[in-house]
Amino acid sequence: MSRRRHSDENDGGQAHKRRRTSEPIEIEDRLESLICRVGEKSTSSLESNLEGLAGVLEADLPNYKNKILRILCAVARLLPEKLTVYTTLVGLLNARNYNFGGEFVEAMIRQLKETLKNNLYNEAVYLVRFLSDLVNCHVIAAPSMVAMFENFVSVTQEEDVPQVRSDWFVYVVLSCLPWVGKELYEKKDVEMDRLLSQVEGYLKRRVKTHVPMLQVWTAEKPHPQEEYLDCLWAQIQKLKKDRWQERHILRPYIAFDSVLCEALQHNLPPFTPPGHMPDAQYPIPRVIFRMFDYTDAPEGPVMPGSHSVERFVIEENLHCIIKTHWKERKTCAAQLLSYPGKNKIPLNYHIVEVIFGELFQLPSPPHLDVMYTALLIELCKLQPGSLPQVLAQATEMLYMRLDTMNTTCIDRLINWFSHHLSNFQFRWSWDDWADCLSVDLEKPKPKFVKEVLEKSMRLSYHQRIVDIVPTTFSALIPAEPIFTYKYMDESSSSLPGYPASITVGNAIKNRATNEEILAILKEVPNPNQEDDDDEGESFNPLKIDVFLQTLLHLAAKSFSHSFSALGKFHEILKALTDSDEGKLHILKVVYDVWRNHPQMIAVLVDKMVRTQIVDCAAVANWLFSQDMAHEFTRLYIWEILHSTIRKMNKHVQKIQKELEEAKDKLEKQQHKRRDSGDDEDMDKNSEDEEGQLEEQIERLQEKVESAQSEQKNLFLVIFQRFIMLLTEHLVRCETGGIDISTPWYKNCIERLQQIFLMHHVTIQQYMGTLENLLFTAELDHHILAVYQQFCALQL
Amino acid sequence: MSAKLNALNSDTYTDVSQYRDQHFKGNRYEQEKLLKQSNTLYVGNLSFYTTEEQVHELFAKCGDVKRIIIGLDKIKKTACGFCFVEYYTRGDAENAMRFVNGTRLDDRIIRTDWDAGFKEGRQYGRGKSGGQVRDEYRQDYDPARGGYGKLAQQHRTTEVRNTF
Repeated sequence: MSRRRHSDENDGGQAHKRRRTSEPIEIEDRLESLICRVGEKSTSSLESNLEGLAGVLEADLPNYKNKILRILCAVARLLPEKLTVYTTLVGLLNARNYNFGGEFVEAMIRQLKETLKNNLYNEAVYLVRFLSDLVNCHVIAAPSMVAMFENFVSVTQEEDVPQVRSDWFVYVVLSCLPWVGKELYEKKDVEMDRLLSQVEGYLKRRVKTHVPMLQVWTAEKPHPQEEYLDCLWAQIQKLKKDRWQERHILRPYIAFDSVLCEALQHNLPPFTPPGHMPDAQYPIPRVIFRMFDYTDAPEGPVMPGSHSVERFVIEENLHCIIKTHWKERKTCAAQLLSYPGKNKIPLNYHIVEVIFGELFQLPSPPHLDVMYTALLIELCKLQPGSLPQVLAQATEMLYMRLDTMNTTCIDRLINWFSHHLSNFQFRWSWDDWADCLSVDLEKPKPKFVKEVLEKSMRLSYHQRIVDIVPTTFSALIPAEPIFTYKYMDESSSSLPGYPASITVGNAIKNRATNEEILAILKEVPNPNQEDDDDEGESFNPLKIDVFLQTLLHLAAKSFSHSFSALGKFHEILKALTDSDEGKLHILKVVYDVWRNHPQMIAVLVDKMVRTQIVDCAAVANWLFSQDMAHEFTRLYIWEILHSTIRKMNKHVQKIQKELEEAKDKLEKQQHKRRDSGDDEDMDKNSEDEEGQLEEQIERLQEKVESAQSEQKNLFLVIFQRFIMLLTEHLVRCETGGIDISTPWYKNCIERLQQIFLMHHVTIQQYMGTLENLLFTAELDHHILAVYQQFCALQL
Repeated sequence: MSAKLNALNSDTYTDVSQYRDQHFKGNRYEQEKLLKQSNTLYVGNLSFYTTEEQVHELFAKCGDVKRIIIGLDKIKKTACGFCFVEYYTRGDAENAMRFVNGTRLDDRIIRTDWDAGFKEGRQYGRGKSGGQVRDEYRQDYDPARGGYGKLAQQHRTTEVRNTF
C-alpha cells in the first residue's frame, strides 16, 4: 500500500485502523456504525436498507438488546435531522417484536426525564418529536400522544413560573405538529382544537419585551424579524388551514404502511412535566432570521414562504446538520448539500440563510464565528458554480441593510467578510458600493467598508489594500500601521522630555540596569508640580511618557519585540503605574504611539493586563475617557473592552476552580481519616494536612471574594460610564430640540446592549446591585429600556 | 443515559498526524503524550514575508494567543516559512486545527499540526542551507519561499556554467 499523503482524501484526518479480531466490542461498534449510517448515500434504496437493518437488528436482539436500545435512544437525541429514518426503523422493529417496541418507548421516556432534569431542553425537543413521529409508525397510539401534549400545554396555567418555562412546553408541542399534526387531528380533532386554542390564548398574553434586543435588524422590511413562537404559530395555523397536508418531510414509513399498520401500538405512560426548579435553565427566546424570500431565487425551485411549515422543517434540519457536523467542515458541507428533497427547494439560499442566521444570532452564535467562515469556504469549494454567487448576493443584501442592522451583528459581518475575502485574493466589486462615499463617514455603510478594509489589512498589508480598492475609496483606506514617535529627531528638541528620551534610549541600548534607568527617570521634571517632589514618587506623566515612548519605539519592530520589552522592564513599568493615574497614563501613551496600529494597541493592552501593569478597570476608564472619545465608535475599542472583560471573568473562574479543588481535596482527606482507623501517627499527619488545606481554602476564599469584587466593580464602571455618556447626549438633544438618533447614539446604545448580551451569564450575579445603584426608575427611559429588555430574557 | 456514540464523535481535524519530530528528546510514547495534551501548533507553508502580526490576526480568531514564534533560517536569521502558535488552552488550539488548517494566510494554504511544545532551538530550519528541509529538495519555483529549492538552484547554476 502506498504511503498516504495528508490530502483531501480523508476529511482532515486518519482512516480508522481496522481491528483483526472479532470481539464483542467489535460487534457493538459495528451495530453503532450500521445504525448511525443508515440513510446515507447508498447504492440501494433507503427502504431496502431499512428493511435489511431491521432484519439484522431483530436477529441481534437476543444478545444485544440493551445495546441496541441504547444506540437507538442516542440517535433519537443526537441525529434529529434523520428523525423519520429512525422512527421507521423502530416501527419495523416494533412490528416484528412488540415487546422490544414497548421497551424502547419506556427507555425513551426515561431518557426524556433525564434530559429535562439536566437542563438539556434542546435535546428533549428532539426526543418528544421522535415520540410523536412514532405515532405515524404505529408504535405509539395517537390518543396517548395527545394526552402528553395536553399535559405539556397545561404548564401554561402554572403561576409564578418563568415565561421561558411555559414557552418551552408550548414550543415542543407546536414543533411536533408538522410531523404528526395530520394523524393526531384525524384521531382526536376535538382535543387538538382545544389544545391549540389554549396555546393561542397563551401566546396572546405572553410578554415580548425581549424581542428588540434579539433582532438582527430594527426594520420590519423587507422581512419581519419575528419572535420564534409567533413565527411557529403562524406556520402551524397555515398548516391547519391546509388541512395538515405537509409534503416536504421525508417519510420512509409510508412505503412500509402495509407492514406497520399490522403492528400493535403502545400507549405512552402518563407523563407529568417535571415541576419548575429554581436552578432550571430554560432556553432563552429567539428571533427567526430571514433574509431571503422567493423573489431572491429567480430561477429554479421556489423558496417556501416564511409562514409555510416547509420553511420551518428545512431550517430545523439544516440547523441540526450543522449541530451534528460542525467539527468537520467538509462533512458538514457535504451533508448540507445532500439534503434530501434538495431538488424541490433553492437549497443554496436556505443554507446561506441558515448559516448567517446562526452567525448573527443574539446573544451569541451557537458555534465559534470562524467555524462559519470555514464552512462557507468548503461550501464554495463543493459548489463553485452556484454557491459563491448566492453568497455574493447575500453580502450585497446585507450591505444594503446596514443602516438598520444591530451593531454586534455588523461586527460579525465585518470579521466574516474580511476573513472570507482573504481566502479569495480580496476580489470584490468595490465600485458597487461607491454610494457609501457620498455620505457622512460615520454612517453604517462607509463605516462598515472602513472596518472591513482595516481587518483586511491586518490579514495582509497596507499596500495590498491600496491596490485592491478604487482610488475613489482612499478616504476609507486605513492608515499605515506605523509608530508615531514624539521624540523622533531634532525637530522635537524643544519638547520637555526630549533630552531624557535620548539618555533613556541610550541606556536601554547599552543594557543599563533597572536601577540606572530609574535614576535617569528620576531627573525627569514633573509638569504637574511647581517644585520638586522630595520622593519623586508621585505620578509624573512625563516620566511615563519618556520611558514608554522610547522603549516602545526601540521595540516597534514586531509584537515579539514589544512583548519582550514589556517583560524586560516590567519592574520599572510597575513602579511607574503604581497609581490609578499612572495606569491611565500608560494606556494613553500606548495609544499615542500606536494610534495607527490598533492591532498593536490591543495586544499590548492584553499583555499589560496579564502582567498586571494595568488593571481591568483602568482599561475601561481609559476607553471611556475624553481622550478616546473620537475613537469610541471604532470596532477595535470594543474588541479591547470585551477582551478585558473576558480576562476578568476567566480570572474569577480560575480562582473559583482552585477553591473547589481545594475543598474537594479537604473532603477526601477527611474521608480518609475517618476510614483509616486508629493509627495515631496517620491521624496527626492527616490533621496537619487538613489544617494546611483549611488555611489554603480560607486564603482562596478571600481571593475569590476579592476577584469577584473587582469583577463587579469593572461592570459598575462600564455601566456608569455608558449611563453618563448616553444621558449627556439625550439631555443635549432634548434641550437643543434635535433628533437623538445620530450614528453615534445608535452605536453607543447598541454597545451597551452588547455588554449585556455578551456577558449575560456573569452579569446575572450582579443584577441586584445594578438595579439598586444604576438602572433605577429615574434613568432616561431609552437607557432603562435596554436593561428591561435584558431582564426579559430571563423571565 | 449520556450515551456518546463513537460514530458521532468524529473530530478527525484534531487528530495527531503521522509526523514525529526526529530531534525530540524522549521516546515515541512521551512525544505522543505531549502531542495529545499540547496547546501549541506548528504552522507550515507560510510565505517568507508573512509577519507575526498576520499570524496573530488569523489565529486569534480561535482564541487568545499566548505567543507566536516565527521560524528562522539558521544562518540568515530571517523568516523561513513556518512558525509556532501557542494558545492558553488546548480547546482553542483544537479550533485552529478545525477551522484554520487548510485555509489561506497571505494567499497561501497553510497547514497546522500538533507540536510537542516549543524549546529553544526549534525555531530554526533544519535544512543544510539554513532554511526548512522541504526547501532543500523541492523542484518548483515559489517566489514567496526564495524561488527554486536549494538543490535545484545549485543545478541551475551548474547548468548555466556548463552552457558557457
